[in-house]
This record gives sequence, C-alpha cells and structure tokens, in this order.
Amino acid sequence: MAVEQRAGPRVIRVTKSLLAKNAEAAAHNRETFRRLGLCAINMLSSPGSGKTALLQATLPRLTLKAAVVVGDLATDNDARRLQGTQAPVVQITTGNLCHLEADMVNRACAEIDFDGVRLLFIENVGNLVCPASYDLGEELRVVLMSVTEGEDKPLKYPKIFKTADVVVLSKMDLAGPAGFERSAALDNLRHMAPQATVFELSARTGAGMTDWCAFLQERSNR
Amino acid sequence: MHEAGLMQCALEAAEEQARLCGATRIHRVTLRVGKLAGVESEALAFAFDVVTADTIAEGAILDIEPVPIVCYCDVCEKEFSPEGFVFTCQDCGRPSADVRAGRELELASLEVSGDGG
Repeated sequence: MAVEQRAGPRVIRVTKSLLAKNAEAAAHNRETFRRLGLCAINMLSSPGSGKTALLQATLPRLTLKAAVVVGDLATDNDARRLQGTQAPVVQITTGNLCHLEADMVNRACAEIDFDGVRLLFIENVGNLVCPASYDLGEELRVVLMSVTEGEDKPLKYPKIFKTADVVVLSKMDLAGPAGFERSAALDNLRHMAPQATVFELSARTGAGMTDWCAFLQERSNR
Repeated sequence: MHEAGLMQCALEAAEEQARLCGATRIHRVTLRVGKLAGVESEALAFAFDVVTADTIAEGAILDIEPVPIVCYCDVCEKEFSPEGFVFTCQDCGRPSADVRAGRELELASLEVSGDGG
C-alpha cells in the first residue's frame, strides 16, 4: 500500500531560487569581505559610461588603500589603465559571459594581497541588464549613467536602478554639449531609485570628485 | 537574461528533489517568477523544452506563476501594488524602494511519480 502511494503522482513543494548557487557564493564573498574589513563596491553601467575613468580619478584621491577587480569580455585594457594607480588590480576576462558572478570574483580575489586594503572596487562588465541579477557579495552597488545616455535611462532599466545604493551621473563636463536635461534626469532617479544617493561628477575635470571620495572614505570607516 | 542557464539550474534542482524523494519521473514543474526578476517567461518556456530533452522531466508541463510587485509605503504604513515600474504610493504619491514581493525567481514545486526505491 505504502509503495503504491509512493509510486503515484504527488506534488513536492521545493521553493528554491534558480540563482541559489550564485547567492551562496555571494554570501561567502560577503563574509570574507567582512572578515577582511573590506568595503566591496560593485560598479555597474552601460559600456562606456566611465567606470574605469572614474576609478582612475578616484584611486589617487583616496588616502586609504584600495584594490580593484575588473571584468571584461576581452582584453586587459582596463587593468592596464589602472596599473599606474598603485592599487592591486586583477582582470577577469569572461569570454562570452556578459556579467560577473560571485564565484568569478572570489577566484580573482585569491590573487590579491588584501593587507591594509580597505576598499575593493569590482568593475563589472558594461551591461545594464544581466549584472543587476547577480549578487557579488558587495556592500555597495554603484550604478553609473553618463550625460550622453539620455535622461530616461532609469525608466528604461528598472531593475538595475532599483537595486542601486548609489547613482553616479558621470561626464558632467559634457552636459552642455550633450543637451543634458539635469532636472529631468534627477526627477527620473527620484522616481525609479528613491533609495539611491546621487553624485554628479566629471572624472576628467575633477568636478564633484571631492564629495564622491569623501563618501567612499566615510563608508570604508564604518 | 540567461533563461537557458537558469532553466538548467531549475532542472538540476528538480532532478535532485526527485532523487531525494525516490521519484523517477517529473510531470510538472512550477516556477514563481516575479515581475522584477528580470527574466522573460516565454524564453524560460522555450529553454525548458530544450534542457529537459532526454531527462526524467522530458515532456513535463511547465507552469509559470507570475508574482506581481508589492511595495510598502512607510508614510501610509500599508502595502500597495504599483502599475508599471514607477513605485509611487497611490495615496500619498511618495516613491517607495521597499519591495515586498516581485523579485522571486524560484522553483516552487514539482509533480512527480515513480518509486525509485
């Protein structure tokens, strides 16, 4: 009787996330970063929004030690650009994968000596879609959008903006020539990402960099 | 967004559950997919047929339960269901970042049969 019941059709409740594996790896990263006293920052944006340029401008302005993990499909160009900053930099070349995953970050971190390091920047692959869904174990999620991308960017990419702790409006020195409508952009951000702290800056001219760096220093001291 | 890879994960989780309870066939797979999950149900369904070929889930029915977005307004102290992706409280108009439902992407349940013992 028991065998017959077992053999018949039955429903099993599972309730398991399809991203469980990445979530576990992210939790492991989060614990590692906590143990090392690191503030890990996941930097996301479209390709070409200025993530690497922002890091190039940020690292020399910080009085604390930072490290960088950078992800791209191909080349180590970004890592090379960051070589002069004295921060340890590891390049992840993903091949065809359009986003970083937690286990990839874990493997890259194994190549870094974190002695004295307080901030870990993770420059994600340029993509506003898939990276939104992959927790890397970060403490802060920073989404960049540049003035040439359109004020309605936050409306077009709901998920990533709704998971942002910080939004950086980059390339502000080009706002005039680009006809950037600043108040429309800020209004869209208020509606789509009310939880995010917004910084407006130009890595190239240095405008707005003081506030951004002060924020980073303060977060790393928590 | 990587529906094929996600479906592969769903299948592996389903096969493991089937193994644990001694089942030898999977007849139905039910997923819960939130509106903010960032995946396309049609693409999931297409990927399902592909990944389940030659497995104990071949021919199984895929059910996708959509999960609507539910937010919480801390001014009005109540939940609300926004239309679209602008999460403003219908009563006070304040934007909310407190999402209580709608991010789900999970294997909810399976219908199985067979005694593997």
